[in-house]
Amino acid sequence: MIETSNLTKKFGDLTAVDGLTLRVEEGEVFGFLGPNGAGKTTTIRMLCCLISKTSGEARIADYEVGNDADALKIRRMIGFMPDNVGLYDDLSAYDNLDFYGKLYDRTEPQRRESIQRLLTMLGLWEKRDVAVGAFSKGMKQKLGIACALVHDPQVLFMDEPTANLDPEAAKTVRDFILDLKREKRTIFLNTHNLDEAQRICDKIAILNKSLVATGTPADLENSAGGMKTVVQMVKTSDAILAALKRLPLRNMVVEGSRLTVDVRVPETENVAIVDAIYAAGGHVQTVTVVGSTLEETYLKLVRRDDQ
Amino acid sequence: MRLSKSWIIASKDFKVFKKKKNILYSVLVVPLLVSVLLPLVMDFAGTRNGGTRLQPAELMVLLPAFTFFYLILAGFIPATIASYTIVGEKVEKSLERLLATPTTDSEILLGKGVAAFLPPIASILGGATVFMVLMDLVTRDRLGYDYFPNWNAAIVLFLMVPLAAMMSVEWNVIVSGMVSDVRVAQQVGTLLVLPLGGIYVAGELNLVPLGDTSNLLVISSILLAVNLLLFYVAKAAFRREEILTKWK
Repeated sequence: MIETSNLTKKFGDLTAVDGLTLRVEEGEVFGFLGPNGAGKTTTIRMLCCLISKTSGEARIADYEVGNDADALKIRRMIGFMPDNVGLYDDLSAYDNLDFYGKLYDRTEPQRRESIQRLLTMLGLWEKRDVAVGAFSKGMKQKLGIACALVHDPQVLFMDEPTANLDPEAAKTVRDFILDLKREKRTIFLNTHNLDEAQRICDKIAILNKSLVATGTPADLENSAGGMKTVVQMVKTSDAILAALKRLPLRNMVVEGSRLTVDVRVPETENVAIVDAIYAAGGHVQTVTVVGSTLEETYLKLVRRDDQ
Repeated sequence: MRLSKSWIIASKDFKVFKKKKNILYSVLVVPLLVSVLLPLVMDFAGTRNGGTRLQPAELMVLLPAFTFFYLILAGFIPATIASYTIVGEKVEKSLERLLATPTTDSEILLGKGVAAFLPPIASILGGATVFMVLMDLVTRDRLGYDYFPNWNAAIVLFLMVPLAAMMSVEWNVIVSGMVSDVRVAQQVGTLLVLPLGGIYVAGELNLVPLGDTSNLLVISSILLAVNLLLFYVAKAAFRREEILTKWK
């Protein structure tokens, strides 16, 4: 549905996005992660035909980004929610949605139906005639999403949809995104929230001007961080530490009576660790294998890229 | 270009204006106030301390100059609206979402232009009608006939006022790219009335007789030329990429 190849954007001497190549399948929720200034918003703006690309190619469905003739067609088939919700505070929720519905050539009955459906889904129907200026931040955010959906787009671009929301409002927005996912819409989600990305995205790309990594959340966790074994001993001793040091262990950390070590094949490496502890006169209470979190993976990949 | 898209944008702005007291005041109250005050001035000028009322020769200088005053309003009032409709939308961060809709830059620009142009024009012409009726009432006895309507007033109101209003809108589009505050935009935007004010004062002093049709046509030609120049600059400034990446 969305495909880019060596997509690059330069502002004078500054390269904002460098040779980005990615593919988003139809019906996928695609998380776009990266630090501030990594080029996430610039990428979305290029894909939404808001700014031009410097080089490379990008397509949305059958349309080519950067081709003037296709720009209107792309903008017609996508929904866009900017990082600032961008609503008209003096207008009511209904009027805001109606305005965007008109711009997307929706007929009066179509607009009425979709506005009622969206506002009801988001719990805002009762507030439809209230000026948006009186809305809470969470309500505005929800209405912002509704504005992006009023024309029933196949592809939805969302820039930080849960930023600055309280946990309850953020959950409502996340649940709504999951509803959209069930409707098989393609969602391109810019976010800083790694937990959110892990929970709702089918695929994730980490951007730091250029693409650092891409894959499913599980793939990314495994690719960069690997796994750790945590061994809880009854107590440690010099003999145990000496025995462990003789093993080819990576990043061994002993805190009190707890040992943490990176492992690649826990099935064999853990046996050697436990054997060494017993041989040195120690006793093991528990052995736990933990994967690295997406946060750890993200930080590791971005820091590695910065170096 | 699809005019329907521009009209949707303009209609939305009209709805917003109804909620903005400062815009309502500028658009409705100012022209009406001017239209009532100027005939009052004409009626009472010179009568204080037992003096005589203005004579027909003086009226023939002042009446066209006062008519020209509507040109100043046409340069001033659209600036108030245009600064809101473009800079205001930029400040409220709603411009990016609007730019992401299937509308062209020209359609958005025209919509914004219409929104800033039509209400002031309607209000100025309405005010001018009141002005002409009241002015005829207070000058009829001295002139012996109704001064308004006349061709010169028609040139001012139906040719020069729209040109000045368009110029104001175009100037404000250009200014919008350089400022990020509605009030600053309004202040810089209204600088345009200075040359118009200069002509008005010259008219009152009879340095540039504004009752002379040829003078009005020369000024109209200058307004038209400035309009064309500003149109191209404004059109170049109002491009998606410029707005999103270069506007303050």
